[in-house]
Parts: sequence; C-alpha cells; structure tokens
Amino acid sequence: MIRPFKVWALLFAVLFVTGCSGGGTWGWYVIDPSTEQGMSNVRFLVGGFWATIQLSLIAAAMSMMIGLLVALPGMSSNRWIRLPSRIYIEFIRAIPLLPMLFWVFYGLPVVMRSMGVPISIDAFWGAIITLAISDSAFTAEIYRAGIQSIPKGQTEAARTVGLSYTQTMRYVVLPQAIRRILPPLANQFIYIVKMSAFASVIGMQELTRRANELVVTEYRPLEIYTLLILEYLVLVLIISFFVRWLERKMGSDESR
Amino acid sequence: MRSERVIDISALNKSFGDFQVLKTVDLEVDLGERIVICGPSGSGKSTLIRCVNGLEQYDSGTLIVDGINLADPGGVDRVRSEVGMVFQQFNLFPHLSVLDNLTLGPMKARGLSRADAEALAMEYLERVRIPEQAKKRPRELSGGQQQRVAIARSLCMKPKIMLFDEPTSALDPEMISEVLDVMVELAEEGMTMLVVTHEMGFARKVADRMVFMDAGEIVETGTPSVVFDAPKSARFRAFLDKILQH
Ligand SMILES: Nc1ncnc2c1ncn2[C@@H]1O[C@H](COP(=O)(O)OP(=O)(O)OP(=O)(O)O)[C@@H](O)[C@H]1O
Ligand SMILES: [Mg+2]
Repeated sequence: MIRPFKVWALLFAVLFVTGCSGGGTWGWYVIDPSTEQGMSNVRFLVGGFWATIQLSLIAAAMSMMIGLLVALPGMSSNRWIRLPSRIYIEFIRAIPLLPMLFWVFYGLPVVMRSMGVPISIDAFWGAIITLAISDSAFTAEIYRAGIQSIPKGQTEAARTVGLSYTQTMRYVVLPQAIRRILPPLANQFIYIVKMSAFASVIGMQELTRRANELVVTEYRPLEIYTLLILEYLVLVLIISFFVRWLERKMGSDESR
Repeated sequence: MRSERVIDISALNKSFGDFQVLKTVDLEVDLGERIVICGPSGSGKSTLIRCVNGLEQYDSGTLIVDGINLADPGGVDRVRSEVGMVFQQFNLFPHLSVLDNLTLGPMKARGLSRADAEALAMEYLERVRIPEQAKKRPRELSGGQQQRVAIARSLCMKPKIMLFDEPTSALDPEMISEVLDVMVELAEEGMTMLVVTHEMGFARKVADRMVFMDAGEIVETGTPSVVFDAPKSARFRAFLDKILQH
C-alpha cells in the first residue's frame, strides 16, 4: 500500500526540484499556493473533486443495480430468458465509452423526443447514464461469477425448505456470494473514477474539465496536468486502500 | 384400513442429452411407507428421488405427489412444501447459525413469527439431540451433527414425505449410526420415507419395501426379508454380493 505511494512521491519530488531549478521549462507559479493567483488556480482545480466523486458514486450505484438485474436472468436454465442478458452484456461491452457518451448526450434526447418523451439530458446525467450502463456489463459478469461460485446444493436446499427464487437469492445465495463480489466490485469503482474524466468533453465541470479550462487561460499544460494526475492518484489511492481493507475483512470472514 | 397413496410415479422417462437416466419407471408409495432404494452408481437413484420434489424435470410420464401433479402450473411449489429432502453433502447454509438454518423456511415460506419458528426449531433440535449447538455455525459441527441439523431443518417444514439421498455416504464410519438412529425414530413415528442408501442394516430394520435400480430401471422390488434372502434377478444378487462383502 505505502510502497507505490513512496515511489510516486519520489518521482514527483524529483520532477518538482529539477523543474524549479532548471532552465525555465517549468512554471510552477501557476499553481503556487503562496501567491494569490496560484492559490485561486489551485482552488479552481481542486473544486472539481466533488463533481468527480458525485459522478462516480452515483454511476457506480446505478451500475451495481443494473448489473444485478442483468446478471440474474443471465443464469436462468431457460435459454430464452438467458439470451437478452447475454446480448446486453456483449453489446454494451463492445461500445467504447466516448462514442457512447456522445450518443447518450446528443442522440438520446432526440430519440426520446421522437418517441413522445421530451427529456433533456444535462452533462451531469448524461455522463452518469453512460458510465453506469457501460460499467453495468462488467458488474453483471462480476455478479455472475460470484453467484455461480456458490454450490448448487445451496439453492436446492433453499428451494426444498420452501423458499421462492427471490427468497433463495436474498437469504441464501447473495449473502454468501457478496464476499466474492464486493472486492472486484470495489475494484471496478476505480475504473469508473478514471473513466469519469470523459465527462469533461460534454462540458461537465469535474477535475479534468477544470484543468482543461485553466490550461486555456494560463497556458501551462505541464504543471496543470501534473497536478490533475496527482488529484486522480490521491482519489484512486484512497479507494484502493479501502478495497484492500475490504478484501482483508472479507477474507478473514471467510476463514472464520 | 385403506391406505392413502402419496406418491404415484408412472412411466417416468428422463434423459440428460443422449443418455437416458430413467427408463419408464413406475413406483407407488402409500402414506407411512418406508422405501429403501439401492443400486449401482449411476443407476438413476438420485435422479428418481430428485424428480419427486421437482429438483429434476422429467421428460415424460406422470408424477403425482399427495394428489398434486408436478406438471400442473405451480405443482412443483406445492409439492415442495409437502416434501423434505436430506442431501449427501448436508447443504446447510454456512453463513447462518444452526438455529437460523432451521427457522429460515418456517419464517420466510410459512410466515411464522421468529419466536414461533425458534420454538419449533428448538423442538426439532432436541429430537435430533443437539439443542446445545443451536448458536453455532454449521462448520463448527461434526459431519454427523451437521446431517442431523439438516434432518431437523427439513422436519421444521412439517413435511408429509421425506426424501434421503445417501444421507450417510459422506460421513465417517463412527458417525453413521447417530444419523441412522434419528432416521429409524422418524420411521417409527410413521413418516413416509424414500431413502437412497447402501446401509443394508438400516434397510432390514425399517424398509417396508426395497427397490433395486440398475441402468435407469427398477429391476426388482420386495420386502427386505424376501429380497435379501432370495433376490430374483442376477443383477441384484451380484450387487448384494458386492456391497455385503465389506
Ligand atoms: N445434470 C446432469 N447432467 C448430465 N448427466 C447427469 C446429470 N446428473 C446425473 N447425470 C448422469 O445420470 C446418471 C444417473 O445419475 P444419478 O445421480 O441419478 O445416479 P445415482 O444412481 O444416484 O448414482 P450414485 O450412486 O453415484 O449417486 C449418471 O450416469 C450421471 O452421470
Ligand atoms: Mg446419487
């Protein structure tokens, strides 16, 4: 945990020092908090955190719900129930995020309007819908692997004591599968955080968008994008710390 | 006394792909009857009793349990509430305490309150003689204890019929008798039982009828005393020789 952080810290320390003493290729003044302008620039950049976090959290929550709804019929013994789930996963997984984002943001409102449902999709929800849907294909597969790792005898025993399919899932299968599902799901969350950077292209004011905007006015891309990367690094390190903790907790639960 | 027919299997066929597991099987069971099914591995014993509570689907024939045709819409669900089943691998729910294993069905499927379900569960845990294990997790119990919990879990649903699929095959020898004792008691109380087992001592003691299966067919049936002493078919005789050897 601490090791990659040290390496990064060292790398950036070296960059910083050589940058300051070097032949003027670096211009850290743009984000130097000791000056008034630098401080206001840093504030502007860091102000994107909340949007990135909000975007990622809501998209992840939606992805987890859609993923479960897709995964469950995907495990039916009836192939006609299985098929739509399979098609959804293969189809969604094949679409790159950026084209899907454009399609949802610019195209979906047109489709909805032509169907008599006039909705407008702002950048925030456009990004969330896209992230959630595109991620849900992966969460669905995570659920499937987790649920299928529970022996068939568990379902059979549950059905034999009179539980319905839904009750069997809720009280017997999912509580056991969750230990194998949660760590990869939390891992998937890191992808969402990183992919949320694409929301910048439709005008969502998150971390990347703010960095882009500042680069346009300040014209110091190197320093600003370096800080941007550091911002994501901090965010992801916090999450992966949490994932490790979760894995340890789940692991010790298992061996109890 | 006229007996009540609780299981009526006629001309049952089932295949897994090209492989026919059950070949026109007929079997009738009356209320209170104890049937022991034996036969070589792969002969279709498990498949047959799993058809009875709808864990396997059959291809053709009719299967009527307690007056309910399994092919009717909702038939499987209604039959399952009348039929308990005990598995070779126990299949206890590892994430729940022993008590919660027993109360899950009564509470969720029968709608009992927690207090009522726990009282019921304790009653059956006492019957299988392990009330002191109620708060433990299944994996903290020995195999014999786990199987007795599994039996109690089925009984909590107050089934009319109990199915046993090799309930002692996964147990260490010294634990077999504690499970068989519970099953003998159950038989003495008049429970209708279909038991797949190779425990011939148990069969002699409780079986009203022995059913010998081979290659998806019921080859021979009869009372244990008759069948054991004078098996009619050569296949059954060969099978008995083999399992009684050790
Ligand atoms: N789900 C399945 N898919 C394909 N073949 C199966 C399946 N279940 C069982 N079989 C096959 O059907 C045959 C009968 O199986 P079954 O489990 O009923 O036999 P059994 O008499 O209970 O044997 P054992 O004593 O080994 O438990 C076996 O050859 C088995 O390989
Ligand atoms: Mg079997």
